[in-house]
Amino acid sequence: MRPQATPRRRKRRGARRQAATPKPPRRKSGFEFRVPGPRGLARWISRHAQTLVGTLGRLTRQPAGTAMTIAVIGIALALPAGLQLLVANFQGLSGQWDDSVELSVYLKPGTTEDRARELRDQVAAMASVSETELVTADQALEEFRESSGLGPTLAVLEDNPLPHLVVLRPAQDHASPGQIDSLAETLRSLPDVDLVQADTEWVRRLYAMLDVARRIVILAAVMLAVGVVVIVGNTIRLDIQNRRDEIEVSKLIGATDGFIRRPFLYLGFWYGLGGGLLALLLVEGGLVMLSEPVARLAGLYGSNFRPEGPGIAGGLALVGAGAALGWLGAWVSATRHMRRIEPGQ
Amino acid sequence: MIQFEQVFKRYPGGHDALSDLTFTMESGEMAFLTGHSGAGKSTLLKLVALIERPTRGQVLVNGRNTGGVSRRRIPAFRRQIGMVFQDHKLLQDRTVHDNVALPLVIAGVGRRETSRRVRAALDQVGLLDKEGLYPVMLSTGEQQRVGIARAIVGRPPVLIADEPTGNLDPDLSLEIMCLFERLNEVGVTVLVASHDLALLQRLGHRRIALAEGRITEDEAHAAPGHATA
Repeated sequence: MRPQATPRRRKRRGARRQAATPKPPRRKSGFEFRVPGPRGLARWISRHAQTLVGTLGRLTRQPAGTAMTIAVIGIALALPAGLQLLVANFQGLSGQWDDSVELSVYLKPGTTEDRARELRDQVAAMASVSETELVTADQALEEFRESSGLGPTLAVLEDNPLPHLVVLRPAQDHASPGQIDSLAETLRSLPDVDLVQADTEWVRRLYAMLDVARRIVILAAVMLAVGVVVIVGNTIRLDIQNRRDEIEVSKLIGATDGFIRRPFLYLGFWYGLGGGLLALLLVEGGLVMLSEPVARLAGLYGSNFRPEGPGIAGGLALVGAGAALGWLGAWVSATRHMRRIEPGQ
Repeated sequence: MIQFEQVFKRYPGGHDALSDLTFTMESGEMAFLTGHSGAGKSTLLKLVALIERPTRGQVLVNGRNTGGVSRRRIPAFRRQIGMVFQDHKLLQDRTVHDNVALPLVIAGVGRRETSRRVRAALDQVGLLDKEGLYPVMLSTGEQQRVGIARAIVGRPPVLIADEPTGNLDPDLSLEIMCLFERLNEVGVTVLVASHDLALLQRLGHRRIALAEGRITEDEAHAAPGHATA
């Protein structure tokens, strides 16, 4: 056993060495690439932190202008955000309505009641079906007799002309028009099934309307995002003009474009962040204003629907989008206008 | 240190600012550029600082051909040159300290080191006690000294000045020129453009006279202890 065990152990050791050797240098070089060294990194961070705070101070020194810029950005962002919320809430509402979609499965005349029960059980076992109800031919006739008032007339009939009926509801996550259609198709192919009725027309219309609304939201969002970039860009352009001397002197004593651009980028970031926060405030405020009358309206329709807010993820996305657009607007504007300021010309 | 070889400069529109200019300044030398306004003094200094580029010919600064410096490399190049302007170009919304610190902030020098060097530079121009003031609170001569402090705080090997005494009375002018002499004594190559001939004659040093973009005179006045070309 021993002579066998030793080479195997040796082999394993060799394999480990082979696997281990190429790794450390790779990790080392990657590390060296990313970080310029603890000192340089700390300096870089402190320089950026200084600019971040410095630009915030600059903004607070001209509160009126800052407030106006932020208000414009906030309103521009609140519009698509509010529309998006509206669509999302409608979608949630349509989810509630999906429950009321029913499929009626009429069985072939002459199918026995036992077979009907069997079929009902088979359908109920499907993953895409949530509720089922069997209405036998006798029950149906009874119901019809009571509701129509044709009791004596119907007594003339020798046989019950009505078929058995299975009424079912699709499961919550299988309620889109396409899924309902395919469910109806499956049901149609079952033996002893005569006719399947599904009223998906209005669901289709609702979904089509939501599609249109969603497109409108995207359109509005894109247009207003461009608007925000332009607003921030214009504000930064004016700021650059006001700081022409400073930029010129900085260039004369060896400032890089990046150095000159940095404070303007942070200004754009602050404008965007402020605008995003204001937009969130506007959306939440609008929601508070609307929630009570909407709840009353929903109550009149027997629903306990409550409009939903953007939530934490939505809020962060809104504020983040604002900050990113502000940064972008500042970058575009600063890069364009800074180049024009050259010393000595 | 500064070398011009058959340099021509023609501005758009056809005006010839400099034609066929050739001269050399050794490291540690001090020289004056003289001539009437429009003679090409400013253009020459602009070529040294890469604010303009020559139409023809070569300009070498610190042993480097400026023609090979790309637009992106200009900032690093300019940090090797201290510049003093007639209107001193101070930022009015910053204190004397912050004005002088600007080159170091741009170069990314740490805060403590910056403070130390700013104070050393202000001490050299005799304005250490004015650190916290704003430029408007200073006299014209003091403002120009702040401009000089800003030019030397990065310890550039070359200092160029365009009419630094243009707005000053004779006493203050002499004071500023003496300041340049002191900087030259510690090894900085100094090139000063000035049309104040009376003052320059008192000081000595090499004088390069320009007229209509050409060198008309290149006098080497022996100033004690200085190498001349």
